[in-house]
Amino acid sequence: MKIKKNIALSDTGFVFNPASGDSFSVNPIGLEIMKLLQENKGHEVIKKHLLETYSVDKDTIEKDFYDFAKMLEQFKVTETDEKKES
Amino acid sequence: MKKLQYERPLIQRLNTGLMNKFGMKTEYTPHTHIDEVSVKSLIKEFGSPLFVISEKTIRNTYKEANRAFKTRYPKVQFAWSYKTNYINAVCNVFHQEGSWAEVVSGFEYHKALNNGVPGSKIIFNGPDKSEDDLRAAINNESPIHIDHLDELYHLNELAVEMNKRPKVAIRVNMDTGVYPMWDRFGFNYENGQAWDAINKIILADKLDLVGLHSHIGTFMLSPSAYGVAASKLSDLALGIKKKYKKNILYLDMGGGFASKNTLKGSFLQGVDTNPNFDQFAEAISTAILNAGFGTDELPLLVLETGRALIDDAGYLLGSVISNKRLSDGRRATILDFGVNVMFTSFWYDHKISPAQDFGNYTEDSVLYGPLCMNIDVIREHITLPPLKRNDHVVVHTVGAYNMTQWMQFIALRPAVVMIDMKNKIHLIRKRENLEYLEACEVKPDYLKSFKL
Repeated sequence: MKIKKNIALSDTGFVFNPASGDSFSVNPIGLEIMKLLQENKGHEVIKKHLLETYSVDKDTIEKDFYDFAKMLEQFKVTETDEKKES
Repeated sequence: MKKLQYERPLIQRLNTGLMNKFGMKTEYTPHTHIDEVSVKSLIKEFGSPLFVISEKTIRNTYKEANRAFKTRYPKVQFAWSYKTNYINAVCNVFHQEGSWAEVVSGFEYHKALNNGVPGSKIIFNGPDKSEDDLRAAINNESPIHIDHLDELYHLNELAVEMNKRPKVAIRVNMDTGVYPMWDRFGFNYENGQAWDAINKIILADKLDLVGLHSHIGTFMLSPSAYGVAASKLSDLALGIKKKYKKNILYLDMGGGFASKNTLKGSFLQGVDTNPNFDQFAEAISTAILNAGFGTDELPLLVLETGRALIDDAGYLLGSVISNKRLSDGRRATILDFGVNVMFTSFWYDHKISPAQDFGNYTEDSVLYGPLCMNIDVIREHITLPPLKRNDHVVVHTVGAYNMTQWMQFIALRPAVVMIDMKNKIHLIRKRENLEYLEACEVKPDYLKSFKL
């Protein structure tokens, strides 16, 4: 999963899709995940980073990351590379 | 290195152009303490969910109501409405403050007696009083509020048989300009039923008619309706004085004052819009004082308000069981308490606060209870920060009716604690267990065993 190239991501958590005109807000941890996705980091790397950085257990990360990734897909801010991610 | 506090990642689409009637955010501060006792420690000691009653809030609210009426009318008496919350510790706080008792069933009547309320200070209301109940009330000289003619005739018979003169009032229903009009209880004012009952009582001369009672509705948002009711009861009392030369000793205006909860469908928050005690007191006392009573004939004003006196003092603490996303993308949070213990969630959009620190981000959510029933919805729409499993929440303003209308359905009823004036915690009702649940069951011998 990658963030689409045209998506604008501000440091304050404002997300803008110039193609559709949609705008979004993300919380700090959501922003961190999106930035890592922009850097082409894989899911497992991101989850490991979150686990090391935040006071949270692995199951919660797994569940919340899955949910967040699905929301990014639903809001069409990602381009999914099934082969690479599966 | 210390790890950072975790918050679930969150993305929300920003909508422009349309106003959000729910506002951007509902809760800005976590509710971590109740009367200086931490929510976390309460749940740790007594489990989750847990009802918490603040004695301080009860007494302050009572004093506020008492002040509102006593500064406007010389003779005021509150009677604690047992059906609103009949946990003995709660009742006794009101009795310590000076409240009589107002009951609507035999078991409530005996609860009040057991609590030490003198029989003459227990008002017995309701359409279903058994013969045993009536005999007890007659013997204890409790004011019996007659609901229907069958009860009136029954009391006449008992008065003769027991050679006593029961103290009675009649309940009067009337049009006060509000909808729905409650006409199922008592005798109607407009069509002459009330006068018919009064004539029957006074001319039969077996019962002592001491009062007149009305209870015009529930969660009333219009104080002026009480003004109309007080005028009509005063008119009856003055009519009785004129026709029979008999003074009515008290006018009982019942209850029904709205609390600070927000009714479902309301645009504005109840705490901002619902009338306060001063507004109800002004409407009622003005109507009675202007009715034409002589200064030495003013009847005692009895008030049976329950909800408005106890709702604010009750909290329900609970925990998050899980989060999930619904098929339409909405966030759903499952809590460990449902409509089984929070009956009032059918009527109100309760204020619900997280009990721990949270960030600046919130999301729209549905709150479900733990029951395996589709109707178990606590809030159909609420804006809350991301809650995670085992986080705690505080539901506000749940003191009225929940601890009497709660159901033992799927889950057992939780414990209730009271925080006293010195912030000391008292367990006032134990958490139910299977033994309690099965105590009333009887298993026939032939059903005691089986082979599978």
